[in-house]
Amino acid sequence: MTGADALCSEAARPKIVPGEPLPEDVAETIDRIVDRYDAEPGSLINILHEIQEDVGYLPEEVLSRVAERLGVPVVDVHGVVSFYALFSMKPKGRNRIATCNGTACYVRGAQRVLERLESELGVKAGDTTDDGEFSLDVVRCLGACGLGPVVMINDDVHARLKPDRVPAVLARYRRSG
Amino acid sequence: MALVKLTIDGLPVEVEAGTTILRAAEKLGIHIPTLCYLEDIHEFGACRVCVVEVEGARTLQAACVTPVREGMVVRTNTPAVRRARMTTVELILSDHHTECPTCVRNLNCELQSLAESMGIRENRFAGARTVNPVDSSSAAIVRDPNKCILCRRCVSICEKVQGVKAIGPVGRGFETVIGPAFGDQLGDTVCVNCGQCILVCPTGALYERDSTEEVWAALADPDRHVVFQTAPATRVALGETYGLPPGSIVTGKMVAAIRRLGADTVFDTDFAADLTIMEEGHELIQRLTKGGTLPMITSCSPGWIKFIEHFYPDLLPNLSTCKSPQQMFGAVIKTYYAEKVGLDPAKIYHVSVMPCTAKKFECKRPEMRDSGLVDVDAALTTRELGRMLKEAGIVFDELPEEPYDDPLGESTGAAVIFGATGGVMEAALRTAYEVVTKKTLPRVEFEAVRGLEGVKEASVDLDGTEVRVAVAHGLANAKKVLDKVRAGEGDWHFIEIMACPGGCIGGGGQPIPTNLEVRQKRIEGIYTADERMTIRKSHENPSIIALYKEFLGEPLGHKSHELLHTTYTPRGSYLPRREKAAD
Repeated sequence: MTGADALCSEAARPKIVPGEPLPEDVAETIDRIVDRYDAEPGSLINILHEIQEDVGYLPEEVLSRVAERLGVPVVDVHGVVSFYALFSMKPKGRNRIATCNGTACYVRGAQRVLERLESELGVKAGDTTDDGEFSLDVVRCLGACGLGPVVMINDDVHARLKPDRVPAVLARYRRSG
Repeated sequence: MALVKLTIDGLPVEVEAGTTILRAAEKLGIHIPTLCYLEDIHEFGACRVCVVEVEGARTLQAACVTPVREGMVVRTNTPAVRRARMTTVELILSDHHTECPTCVRNLNCELQSLAESMGIRENRFAGARTVNPVDSSSAAIVRDPNKCILCRRCVSICEKVQGVKAIGPVGRGFETVIGPAFGDQLGDTVCVNCGQCILVCPTGALYERDSTEEVWAALADPDRHVVFQTAPATRVALGETYGLPPGSIVTGKMVAAIRRLGADTVFDTDFAADLTIMEEGHELIQRLTKGGTLPMITSCSPGWIKFIEHFYPDLLPNLSTCKSPQQMFGAVIKTYYAEKVGLDPAKIYHVSVMPCTAKKFECKRPEMRDSGLVDVDAALTTRELGRMLKEAGIVFDELPEEPYDDPLGESTGAAVIFGATGGVMEAALRTAYEVVTKKTLPRVEFEAVRGLEGVKEASVDLDGTEVRVAVAHGLANAKKVLDKVRAGEGDWHFIEIMACPGGCIGGGGQPIPTNLEVRQKRIEGIYTADERMTIRKSHENPSIIALYKEFLGEPLGHKSHELLHTTYTPRGSYLPRREKAAD
C-alpha cells in the first residue's frame, strides 16, 4: 500500500469510538483474520500484525475482541501490544514521520532532531498529535546512513536534517489555512 | 531417579537430578536469599537475588532455576556473589517508594528484610523513578505500583492458582507496570477479590482496602451498638499477628480482645455457619428429592461467587441460593437479634472479622440489604483486626479467654470446620445424613473430603441413596471441576468450592506469610477446634433450633427466603470497554 492509498482508505475507514461497539466491518475484519489462524492463542502476534495492517492501529476495543475470540485474558493481549514497538494503539497521523536513530544518524545528531520534532509537535516519539496531522516514530535504520541524520515523512526523505530546519519542513506538510 | 553429587561451599551433597541449586543448598542448611521465587508457582529467576558462583560458568547463575549437574562446584558466599546481590537490591530500592515506617508491610516485608540482612546502609543509585497512581477502585484490594518490584508473583498466582489473570505486565522495561489491561482500575476488571496476590506480594504493593478507620469511628460513637462476628478461620490465625505459631487456637483471647476494643457484643460467625448448613443442607435434600439443578454448588466463598459470575455464568443455576454465613448473620442481627433485645436496627453497626478480602466486596453488594439496612457494615481482615489490637495497646498474651455473647455465640464443630477446605461439605453431610436417614451418624468425621489435594471426591450412602460429592479449593482447581460439569461429566450431586487454596484458613485476608506449611498448621488447628466442641452437628445447635422456633419457622421457609437466600449476577469475562475519564 502506498502512502497515497493509505490516505484515501483512511478517510473512508469507519471510526472506532472509545466506549462504543466496534463498527461492523472492523469486527468482521478481526473475525476473518482470527479465523484464518483457527483462533489459536499461539498466533497472537501474527493476528495482531495483520489486524494492524488492515485497521491501521490496535485500540482497546480491537484488543478486547481479539482476546475474547482467542479466549485469552485481555491483559495478555495488551501486554504483547505494549511490549513490541511495532504495535500501535493510536491511529497514525495523516503524515507519518519516521526519524532514524541508527548509529550513523545518532552520531550526527539525530537525537537533537528528534527532540526538536517532539517539541514542535508537542508529542513524544510513538505518539500522534491530537489533530491527527502527524505521528512521530523512531526507527533504527533507513539504509541511508551517508545522508544522516535522516527523517522520512510519508514517502519523502529529508537528508542531513538540522534541528533548526524542522519547523520549515513540518510547515510543508501542514494543511494550509 | 538418578542422583547427582555436587559440592556447595565445599560441602558435598547428593540430590535427585533436576533439583535446583537452591533446593540442594537447603538440604545442607545453606540459605540462599530469594525475592521473586515462589516454590512450584513462580520459578522464573527474574530478580537475580539468588545468584551464586558455579565453577566454569561465565556468569553468576540464578540458584532458583539452575539445575544441579554431576560434579558441580557452587559457591554461595563469595565477594562477587555478595556484591552482585547487593547491587541488585540497591537497584530495586532505587525505584521503590521507600516509606517503610508508614507502610502497611513495615517489619513484614521481604524487600526490607533483604536490605537489612545484606547490610545495605545507603542508596548509591539515585536515578529516575516510575510514578504511577495508586489504584483504590476495588472494594477489596489496593494496588500501589510505586512499591511494586515487578517480581510477577501476583501475576503467577492470579493466573496459575486462581485461573483469573486480572493483572499482568504491561509495557516494557522501565515503563513496565503490573496491572489490569489498558490502565483499567482493578475494581472494573474480572478480579474476584480473593487477595491471594496480597499474600504473595513481597512488599506493600498490594494490600486490603482499609476498613479500620470506619470501625474505630463506630466504636467511638456512643449512639452505635457495635456487634462483631468472627469467622471460623480467624481463630487459628489471629495469634500469628502477635508472633504465636500458625494454627494456635486463640478463640477466647480474640473475643476478649474485641471487647477491649469497645465492642458491645461479640458473636461467632460459626453460629451463622450452622444456620447455613440448615438452609443449604435442606436445599440439597430438596434438589435431590424434589428435583432441581444438580450438582448443587456451595456459595459461601465470595471470591468464588464473583468468579462463577464472570467465567461460568451458565452454571449460576447450580449455585446454592444460600447467602454466605457472613451475610446470613448480618441479616439475622439486624432483624431477629435487634427485635429480641429491643434495639433499633439502624443503631446497630455490624462488623465482621474475616480471613478474606472478598468479604469487603460481598458486604457492599446491592442485594445484601435484606434487613432493610446494609446487613454488614464493615468487613475486617484478620490482619486488620491484628493491627487494631496493636493500635489499642492490647497485650494479647495477657488476655483472659472469654466466651462469645449469647445467643448468637453458640456454635458447633460442624461450623468451625467451614474454615478448612472440605469443611462445608463435611458439615453438610453430617446434617444431611441424619435428616435423611433419621439415624445417628456412627462417626462424624468424613476424612475423604479433608486435606490439601486440589480436587477431592467421595461418595456417601444416605440409607440407600448414594450421594457423590466433590471438593475443590483454589479457582484453577474449581475450573477443572466446572469444565466437567459443563461437559455433563463428573456425575456429582454436591460440590464445595472455596476460592482460596486450603479454604478460608488460606484466605487473602490472613496473616502474612500464608504458605503451604502455615496452611497445614491452621487446618490442624481447625480440626482440633472441632474435636473440642461438645456439639458437632449444626442441626443440634440449641440456639439454631431456637432461632427457627422463635423467628424463621423452618429451613427454606418464607422468612428464610427473604433473609438468608440471594440471587446472582451474570457478568461475563470480556467486559465492554468504557470511555475513560481523561487523565
